[in-house]
Amino acid sequence: MTQLWSFPGGIHPAENKHQSTARPIRPAGLPERLVLPLQQHIGEPAEPVVQPGDQVLKGQKIADVTAGMGVPVHAPTSGTIAGIERLPVPHPSGMADWCIVLKPDGHDTWCELTPIDDYHQMDREAVLERIRDSGISGMGGAGFPTNIKLRPPRDRKVGTLILNGAECEPYITADDMAMRERSHEIQQGLKVMAWILRPERVVIAIEDNKPEAIAAVRKAAEGTQTEVVVIPTKYPSGGEKQLIQILTGMEVPSGGIPADIGVMCQNVGTAMAVYRAVFRGEPLISRITTITGDGVSEPGNVDTLIGTPIQHLLDGAGLEPGRINRLILGGPMMGYTLEDTSVPVVKTTNCVIAATEAELPTPPPEQPCIRCGMCAEACPMDLLPQQLFWHAKAQDFDRAEHLNLFDCIECGACSYVCPSSIPLVQYYRYAKGEIRTQQAEQIKADRARERFEARQARLEREQEEKEQRRRERARAAAEAQEKKKAEAEQAVAEGDATDERSARAAMVQQALARKKAAPAAAAAVPATPETTTEKPDIGALEKQLEQARGKLETMEGMLEEAKAGGADNVEKLERAVAKNVDRVRRAEDALADARRQLETETGE
Amino acid sequence: MWTGILIAVAVLVALAVVFGALLGYAAERFRVEGNPIVEQIDALLPQTQCGQCGFPGCRPYAESIADGDAINKCPPGGDATIKALADLLDVEPQPLDAEHGVEQEKRVAVIREDECIGCTKCIQACPVDAILGAAKHMHTVIESECTGCDLCVEPCPVDCIDMVTVDEDIRTWTWQPPKPAIIATDRQGVSA
Repeated sequence: MTQLWSFPGGIHPAENKHQSTARPIRPAGLPERLVLPLQQHIGEPAEPVVQPGDQVLKGQKIADVTAGMGVPVHAPTSGTIAGIERLPVPHPSGMADWCIVLKPDGHDTWCELTPIDDYHQMDREAVLERIRDSGISGMGGAGFPTNIKLRPPRDRKVGTLILNGAECEPYITADDMAMRERSHEIQQGLKVMAWILRPERVVIAIEDNKPEAIAAVRKAAEGTQTEVVVIPTKYPSGGEKQLIQILTGMEVPSGGIPADIGVMCQNVGTAMAVYRAVFRGEPLISRITTITGDGVSEPGNVDTLIGTPIQHLLDGAGLEPGRINRLILGGPMMGYTLEDTSVPVVKTTNCVIAATEAELPTPPPEQPCIRCGMCAEACPMDLLPQQLFWHAKAQDFDRAEHLNLFDCIECGACSYVCPSSIPLVQYYRYAKGEIRTQQAEQIKADRARERFEARQARLEREQEEKEQRRRERARAAAEAQEKKKAEAEQAVAEGDATDERSARAAMVQQALARKKAAPAAAAAVPATPETTTEKPDIGALEKQLEQARGKLETMEGMLEEAKAGGADNVEKLERAVAKNVDRVRRAEDALADARRQLETETGE
Repeated sequence: MWTGILIAVAVLVALAVVFGALLGYAAERFRVEGNPIVEQIDALLPQTQCGQCGFPGCRPYAESIADGDAINKCPPGGDATIKALADLLDVEPQPLDAEHGVEQEKRVAVIREDECIGCTKCIQACPVDAILGAAKHMHTVIESECTGCDLCVEPCPVDCIDMVTVDEDIRTWTWQPPKPAIIATDRQGVSA
């Protein structure tokens, strides 16, 4: 007999499972259209790889995740892609998300399947890749991609693999019926997962309220090393952390994952999907879902294609619309009210309850907390629900977080026992959401600050560089000036001046003389000097013009660049360009004048 | 007797010297660069860098608050930021100063791309470099980096930038708190 431990708290609500276990699993049939949400798992949403109007075959990949965590989506039957649009999806918000709509052609033609005959011969990575490609994500509730879960960090050896068949929540019997009827598939799928992980211990845990399932699983596990462990019925023993505690006595550390203590939990439905993916090559396109509640005349479990509208399932189970008070997706403890019956079944949809007012009455109004402490006794995580409630209600989220709000598994045991009917879990969900939003905003603000500071630094650097360049230019100009002066002085010195002063005076004299002489010479005697200087002048003028043109071009280029780069010297550059245009015009004029003169001269 | 007094004085002087040296060393060794309160204030500000407070960015405003400026000049942060600042600085929270604008829903800038002439004026205005583009080429806003400061709207010569309110979608949705409690007697009153 395997040793069992217990977890704190827990409740024993009315099970209400017999209604849906009386009938065998039946096929749900083909609906008129299938709606396949692109995100049915935790991680990045998948990207469609088909276009509206495309013909697809059953099992064909229609959407995939290329970057980030996620799994592909496959066509559950053959047909035509009718559209890719935003439609209501199963989500507590009741909001719409991107979905691929498939119109079945009724032939149900499979695409080519490639079963793996002997997975032992294959690389473990290849089998994991097959599990990913088959679109398998956890089917118990959260929908974490299975291939990632099956690849724990290298330093975390998984010693115990647990197959979770506890199914502790009232009304839900999908795993129970699957274990009764498909225990062989489950056992095979579990074997594949055990082969990938190589644990020392493989356990299937089932609550003692499912004797038929226990018998079937025991039979399938005969001759294998799998332990079938029967655990006492108590809600929420099917919670991952609670089940681990029951079977190993160890607690998953706060904020950690089971692999941290060498344990891994997988769902019964996931094992079945792994079996199909490996041995039959079939991707995850259907699941077993419980349709129950007093609002349907034929409650039971259906084998339904992913994407089937809930309305189709309800019709198939004989819905009596007048009787239902509330439609719940998931169980009565952790599920949420469904407003729209057109939403599809997704990979994590395990139960639909069409409840009458008598069986799940409208919750009475919230009354003040009387500090009875029953919630603390019921909490399976050993938290302080009352304190969490006060802090969440007062929006004192820091304190709630400090009291390990994020360890809350939202099982609803506290709300169930609360004599004041306070919707405690909703307060916790609200507080968690607010904290996550604040964290996301903080991250965004930090990034904005970083970008702002980086920009400031860049602008400063650019300013600095500009300043540097300006200084360099000024220095170069000063040097040139100095040099010129020195040359002039030297020239003068070589002449007749003896000291600096007289040299300068001589320079000034010379300059004045030149200035006087120039117009006089130009006006009075154009012929004599010009015959000697005019010819080389044309060449010089041409060269000047060319230079001016070149400069204008570079200035224009610079202006463009400055405009593009957003530099603040655009105005200056514009002035510079205008100046250059002037210069070119002057040079052209001068050249034309010179040519005319030359012509008249040669004509004479 | 004198020796006793001298010893006492000597001991006290020695102690004073030792502790003085210790404090002096600590002041050097653990010197705090800048004003730490500015960092704390800056961390509370929303970092939109919008300048609605009258300062060129969140940090200058944080510095000004540290010097005693009013804490109610930040419309993007709204009441939540004022409350956080009041808690930090231990002052009375004040209502938002309407002179600097009103609190708005979270928004992002969106460029109507076919109207953009590629003038780069918005790129120069963006305080967080969230606009991408080159001269004479279409610009676009990197939505995830946009703080919604709307500083790019005014410089646009063709008015092709819109400020669009960010709607909640299925990925940003969070649970709402339960509706305000009505006590049982209230309900009886209603139904009666």
